[in-house]
Amino acid sequence: MRKLFDLFTQRRSAPIARERLQILLEYERSLVDQTDLIVVLREEILRLVARYVKIDSDTVNIRVDRGNNASLLAVGIRIRNAG
Amino acid sequence: MGKVLVVTSGKGGVGKTTSTAAIGAALAQTGQSVVVVDFDVGLRNLDLIMGAERRVVYDLITVIQGVAKLSQALIRDKRVETLWLLPASQTRDKDALTEEGVELVISQLREMFDWVICDSPAGIERGAILAMRHADAAIIVTNPEVSSVRDSDRIIGMLDSKTIRAENGERVEKEVLITRYDPARAARGDMLSADDILEILSIPLLGIIPESDQVLRASNLGSPVTISAPSSAPGRAYWDAARRLNGESIDMNIPSEKRSLFDKLFGTRAA
Repeated sequence: MRKLFDLFTQRRSAPIARERLQILLEYERSLVDQTDLIVVLREEILRLVARYVKIDSDTVNIRVDRGNNASLLAVGIRIRNAG
Repeated sequence: MGKVLVVTSGKGGVGKTTSTAAIGAALAQTGQSVVVVDFDVGLRNLDLIMGAERRVVYDLITVIQGVAKLSQALIRDKRVETLWLLPASQTRDKDALTEEGVELVISQLREMFDWVICDSPAGIERGAILAMRHADAAIIVTNPEVSSVRDSDRIIGMLDSKTIRAENGERVEKEVLITRYDPARAARGDMLSADDILEILSIPLLGIIPESDQVLRASNLGSPVTISAPSSAPGRAYWDAARRLNGESIDMNIPSEKRSLFDKLFGTRAA
């Protein structure tokens, strides 16, 4: 009897699966885009800065902090002292 | 110049090899020349599904390493004369698969066949990337189940970034093939529906293969379901998918098993 009751009260699982997937994939797709963006930004910024000053390419730091209204893009580059 | 097709999924066990064999055998039965290529180095199985496991002498790796000629490694199907198999190596590891070697083999196969169908290994590692590398089109095999759909989404992203076509700014045609589908459970809301999957992945549908005993039977026999049971539900569904690949427009309905009262009562079924 309990089993019969469960059968009627149990929520269908496919809509739950669908909703979970939609939320998850939206997040995962944005991650992929973001890693690509950082790689491209890093290269372009490096190329620009290197035209004017000497830099060590392995000392370049790029970070993105995502906020609700605005995000912060922080770029740190160590520049060698002349001489 | 033949068309290179990759059958891929990310997730293992969803039916890549079964689908490669079934679609390859269907296309070959229309008179076109087809080669099915096993990229699952170390865990080959396409030979077994095609019923050619005892005829393998050379393989993809021995060809890449120059030990054998491509013509020596190709195995002609005993039932369909325009169907060929290039097996993977069972003993070497997948590092033996080189980018240059794969490029050379695929470009030769492209000259020789109308269709070059690459059966990808599971995962998103080197083997899977090399299998999709030269593809003009991709079949993404997906089960109506959350982990399979998620992995398919990942593979679609890789098809758009890691293939030669993507690198040249061209498009790889991508279509989803839903396997192990149970229309009744989907209708009840107990299984992701084909519409759900298409909406989530947002790529076109190549076909829907219903869950069926005939698929296991075909692999038991070593005979693709489009040869051994072409009029069974999965046989017809795979035939429809192959015709769509061929450019025919065929209504998307999900074939079901025709079972007589006698069959239902006694559990037997025409083979």
